[in-house]
Amino acid sequence: MSVAELLDALFPDGHAVREEGGLVLGGARATPGEVAVIGIAGGAEVGVEAAHALAGEVLRVVRELPGRPIVLLVDTRGQRMSRRDEVLGLNGYLGHLAACVELARRRGHRIVAVVHGDAVSGGVLPLGFMADEIHAVEGAHPWVMSLPAMARVTKIPLERLEELSRGSQVLAPGLDAFVGLGAIEPPWDPPFSAALAAALARPAGPDRRAERGLERGGRLLAVFVARCVGGGDAHGP
Amino acid sequence: MTALGHRPPPASYREATARRRLAGVLDRGSFRELLGPAERVTSPHLAALGLPVAFDDGVVVGAGLLGGAPVLAGSQEGGFMGGAVGEVHGAKLVGLLRRAERERPAGVLLLLDSGGVRLQEANAGLVAVSEIMRAVLSARAGGTPVVALVGGGWGCFGGMGIVARCCDAIAMSEEGRLGLSGPDVIEATKGVEELDAADRGLVWRTYGGKHRYLLGEADLIVDDDLTAFRAAAQELLARPRPLDLATLEQEHDRLARRLAELGSCADAAELWRAAGAPDPDRLPLLEADEFRSAVAGVRRGEP
Repeated sequence: MSVAELLDALFPDGHAVREEGGLVLGGARATPGEVAVIGIAGGAEVGVEAAHALAGEVLRVVRELPGRPIVLLVDTRGQRMSRRDEVLGLNGYLGHLAACVELARRRGHRIVAVVHGDAVSGGVLPLGFMADEIHAVEGAHPWVMSLPAMARVTKIPLERLEELSRGSQVLAPGLDAFVGLGAIEPPWDPPFSAALAAALARPAGPDRRAERGLERGGRLLAVFVARCVGGGDAHGP
Repeated sequence: MTALGHRPPPASYREATARRRLAGVLDRGSFRELLGPAERVTSPHLAALGLPVAFDDGVVVGAGLLGGAPVLAGSQEGGFMGGAVGEVHGAKLVGLLRRAERERPAGVLLLLDSGGVRLQEANAGLVAVSEIMRAVLSARAGGTPVVALVGGGWGCFGGMGIVARCCDAIAMSEEGRLGLSGPDVIEATKGVEELDAADRGLVWRTYGGKHRYLLGEADLIVDDDLTAFRAAAQELLARPRPLDLATLEQEHDRLARRLAELGSCADAAELWRAAGAPDPDRLPLLEADEFRSAVAGVRRGEP
């Protein structure tokens, strides 16, 4: 599904969103009102310039449109890997972007992410995975590293990894595995506009991805461990 | 001072284990581990692959005192799978940060030594890193400063490099390394002409403490010494960075200036020259003290 098709499906009442250099920026009409749209499209890799532009847009929304919900669109093959990006401190730009999203949340902006393509590592951590709710539509494909690359790094033979990943939510690329881990919600059925309206209507809460991973059987220890160390109900007061 | 008037040999932070680092950074004897190795909570995913497990899953978390003030601290053990983050490892750090939200200690110290996501449990590791990021920012928003110390042998890479920059501040040693995509990953993905991981000088000047300090990515540069990291932790906890609009806009402007002034530099040595560092070829040779003075006028830190 192209970004244009996704926008039409999410916002049948209208949208004014521009796509440039792999970034998607603008606004749209949803239920119950105007939302800001910020995202990455076409699988674009996130380098220092993109990370800075995305953070700037989040800050602009916080400054100029107090409380307006933010819809994050995710289709990225991850961080840009280059010497220059590392020299300039890409991790710092991504940390800054994550902090800007957290600021928006603290100031009452509801934040809903929609994964509609790739969702990989350094591209998804500071934006899509910072949302209050992380949803998916057909075509969503989260992953960390290709199995051949993983085989090289872990020294586990590729055939063995392929065999293991078939039955493993922690190793298999793809949406089913991330749903099982509690990281992403099961894909929306059309009409997406209604699904988005429902997501925007729910109140923001603490990060409960580990709890959902436990319910879905993908992560059996994370909740227990965090509670043992955290004390209380592990979600603070 | 010894009888001969020499300084006693420093206790290397880099060479120390995760527990030894905590013992050296916190007040003597004050650290109390939470969910320690006796509880034997290990990674089920490593076991499923027939790989060795560790009773602490490669990270030590707990409570202690720093200069008499209560703090929480987590310390990654590079000796186990390069400090990489899996489900249990990540959940221990998340639990620590949530405890901080509840207890409001004087601060949280994260002694980071990690290659990032543990690929043997890749998906769970990525989600865990995301949860750590959220928990760091949530603790900060709740008023508890979080400080990262980076001086271990594995550096601080992958998602943990982002975590470090979600903290209030970072102290690094010259030997510490901080980044997102590590040299091996870039070489394996983009080829040796993009980054030769075997070129130690290149790796050092790209990711090392001096470059990160000059760039303003690290807030303090210290000697590879437990006492120096202890002092740095105290200094940084005393100057938290509020998670508010004004502060983030300042940071945004600072990062914009970096792109405008230095964005054409694809190599750190080139960047140091462009930044106006005096005698850039000599910088690698300077001790931390001399280095700080040498770059005082050109460092791109906080305004």
